[in-house]
Amino acid sequence: MTSFTDSLIKGLLDLGLVPGGSAALALVGAVIFLGVAVFLLIALNALIAVYFERKVSAFMQDRLGPMEAGFFGFAGGKRFWGGIAQTVADALKLLGKEDIIPTDTDRKLFIIAPFIIFGAAFCAIIGIPVGYGLVISDFNIGIFYVVAISSVGVIGIILSGWASNNKWSLYGAMRAAAQIISYELPIGMSLLLVVMVVGSLQFHDIVAWQETNRWFIIHSPFTVIAFLIFFLSGVAEVNRTPFDLPESESELVAGFMTEYSGFRWAIFFLSEYANVAVVSLMTAIVFLGGWLSPVGGLLRTFSVADGWYYLEGPWWGAFWISVKAIFLIFVMMWFRWTWPRMRVDQLMYTAWKVFIPFALVNIFLVGVWELLFA
Amino acid sequence: MELAEIITRVNTAVPGAIVPTEDDAGFIQVEPKHWLKVAQLLKDDPELRFDSLMCITGVDEGPEGRLWAAYNLHSMELLHKLEVRIFVNRKNGSIPSVANLWRTADWHEREAYDLIGIKFKGHPDFRRILLPYDWEGHPLRKDFETPDYYRGMPVPKDKRGWE
Amino acid sequence: MSEALKNFGVVKAEEMVLNMGPQHPSTHGVLRLRIRTDGEIVSHIEPHIGYLHRCFEKHCENVTYPQVIPYTDRCDYLASMNNNHVYAMAVEKLMDIELPERVEYIRVIVAELQRIASHLMALGAMGLDLGGVTPITWTFRDRERILDLFEYTCGARLLYNYIWIGGLSHDLPPKFVQYANEFLDYFEKQIVEYDRILTYNKIFVERTADVGVLPVDVAISYGCSGPVLRGSGVNWDLRKNEPYSIYDRFEWEAAVGKGEVGTLGDCWDRYWVRVEEMRQSVRIVRQALAQLPKEGDVHAAIPKKIRPPKGEIYFRAENPKGDLGFYIISDGSPVPYRLKMRSSTFCNLSVLNEIARGWMISDVVAILGSLDIVLGEIDR
Repeated sequence: MTSFTDSLIKGLLDLGLVPGGSAALALVGAVIFLGVAVFLLIALNALIAVYFERKVSAFMQDRLGPMEAGFFGFAGGKRFWGGIAQTVADALKLLGKEDIIPTDTDRKLFIIAPFIIFGAAFCAIIGIPVGYGLVISDFNIGIFYVVAISSVGVIGIILSGWASNNKWSLYGAMRAAAQIISYELPIGMSLLLVVMVVGSLQFHDIVAWQETNRWFIIHSPFTVIAFLIFFLSGVAEVNRTPFDLPESESELVAGFMTEYSGFRWAIFFLSEYANVAVVSLMTAIVFLGGWLSPVGGLLRTFSVADGWYYLEGPWWGAFWISVKAIFLIFVMMWFRWTWPRMRVDQLMYTAWKVFIPFALVNIFLVGVWELLFA
Repeated sequence: MELAEIITRVNTAVPGAIVPTEDDAGFIQVEPKHWLKVAQLLKDDPELRFDSLMCITGVDEGPEGRLWAAYNLHSMELLHKLEVRIFVNRKNGSIPSVANLWRTADWHEREAYDLIGIKFKGHPDFRRILLPYDWEGHPLRKDFETPDYYRGMPVPKDKRGWE
Repeated sequence: MSEALKNFGVVKAEEMVLNMGPQHPSTHGVLRLRIRTDGEIVSHIEPHIGYLHRCFEKHCENVTYPQVIPYTDRCDYLASMNNNHVYAMAVEKLMDIELPERVEYIRVIVAELQRIASHLMALGAMGLDLGGVTPITWTFRDRERILDLFEYTCGARLLYNYIWIGGLSHDLPPKFVQYANEFLDYFEKQIVEYDRILTYNKIFVERTADVGVLPVDVAISYGCSGPVLRGSGVNWDLRKNEPYSIYDRFEWEAAVGKGEVGTLGDCWDRYWVRVEEMRQSVRIVRQALAQLPKEGDVHAAIPKKIRPPKGEIYFRAENPKGDLGFYIISDGSPVPYRLKMRSSTFCNLSVLNEIARGWMISDVVAILGSLDIVLGEIDR
């Protein structure tokens, strides 16, 4: 199995771009290059996702959304791409804003908090493949790594809430801590069931298993439940409506982000959308067959002859996984712009009294199912 | 129940509470010191049952006159209405608070105090409600003079254009 | 039992004082709530009002009776027509003015349309308080159409100064009846849509059912009125119980809470009463449009000189948010001697501590939304 890092090191060494041909130097070069690339990817993701979210919400709310800013010949207007440069303009505005750190904050923690959250999202992206071999680092414990590293973000949330020296922020941070820790469990359990069936923690193995058998979402009735639990807990994990209690703008002003402005605030935003992408990609990989082509799967089921119209291959794979992830992101937006928010005790109820027991029983039942039918 | 009957009923229960007024006045005037007893009677008497206090209005008669409060009562059970007026001395008169009988009187009494300056004795939380806590005077009194400054800020008094 | 045993297992945390407002997304303006909390649980709420005090009553003592009307517009700025209507009726009663039929009908039509607009705002804002952003854009879309009708009628979209003492500022424009009927046909379908996205939404019901229950005796004692009182199951609507204007000529029912999804008198009931009232208002407007007399001069009964005779009056009528009362003292001059406005939301807000105590911060927001306050009317 090759990853981006491996190919990049190999390429650098083969082309003789590294002085002295030192593998360590090549590794450093590759890490720096890929780090910048991931950062740009996250920024691009946020730009597109925010635009997408605005347009989706606008059409759900019977309005047009941004429609003034345009560039590169895409003038604004009442077309669906009208205002395509709006998020770029917003990003520039945020960069140009004054950096405000309120007087009575804990300065060090206040400054460091957004970067911890961002770091967690950043590190999670590293482990996620977006196609066969299209991964920055292919861990053999990929699932474990992503779940573990993405929960580091909660430390940043608590720090930001505490350091802001604002009661609303503190409430937001406390809620976030409770929520994210609670929802880690159902996520872990739903993934455990998949790991149990496949027998590997590596993303590539999971997709390979789905290729030889079938997608997990249709594998058995219990995996459908696992899929629902996983996806909904994922929505809760990234703090989006109906589980957006840490921010809950109508109750806690902006929760743990209340005192942040300008670029620091933008970093919260970047990491939120990066997390959204991580959760969607993970759901797509684990339950929806990752980069497997639905066309190919269908055609193979009906024994249609082999051919190009299977739409398979690494780049087609990247396309399919994006389609699945974007659909899931759309579903999250659909939730957000349709439902009201839950209350904090109802949120805990959902996690501890609904998701976790179901997920636990699910593991057992999937085991029985596997014994009987596999 | 008609006004005359109400007057008789109140007079028998609390003698001397009602100050005689003209016959067609349409309201009853109650002595401040008897007000609490009368209010209790108006609320609890099975024939009166004024369970709803619609409004308390504070009124100033002018620099020489008295202050008075009008209580508009209504019975949602027996569907009759009553206006009670209580007159107090401008300088130091006070009315017993009925905030514990009709909870809505709480804020209405505070408002009457805030704007007119009627004092209500026994109110659970007696302070200004609409104006800032450090405001001086009661603006709806006829002899109220707008201060020149409030906390160092000049108060605009130019009336050109709307007079 | 010893003191130590009695307190066994009871954890008492230190209370925190939280300042909600005057700048807060869901205090509907400039309300400030001083909340004492124990964790998320609220133990005491003290509303601080007056941030929007604009000396309404002091102004009224300095302007003539007709000049008061624009000020009433600005009190409950979401229901200006109703405010105009109540004030005009109070002065007309003081002066004993008989109105032409057409004026009465037009007044009822605009007042009921305004009631729908005000309730739409309440619905949307409550959805927004609970975190649903979409309902408010939908209700605003429909409210906009009512405002368009008003603009067509009198030129203004928010503060109309339309209902004058003894008449109206303008007659209805020629195609008003047709446009209004078109709107009603459109709007009846929209109510079903609100039911789908908000009223019977599972999360919305979870958030509002059984929350902030307002018992009947507390409601009456605090002087609550309008949808807040009816949400507690009291069938009390001034349009039915003390019919004014021409409301007794129409066929409609007062909306009363039934406790359909939770306890009677909870936030959901107060919300539902507003939805139901919009349906009833549609019925009233339909009938009024059908019966509207063709002829009649809306300026005919406007007195040349407005000098009410010496005397006092307390008049109240049903505003979208509750009973709006005016206590007017006239000394025979063209200027009111004293004018007191008994605002409905002032009383409705005072009950907040009673019903929101013991609930969570999120519920305070929901309860506040269900009370439907307008600070312009509370602070005057």
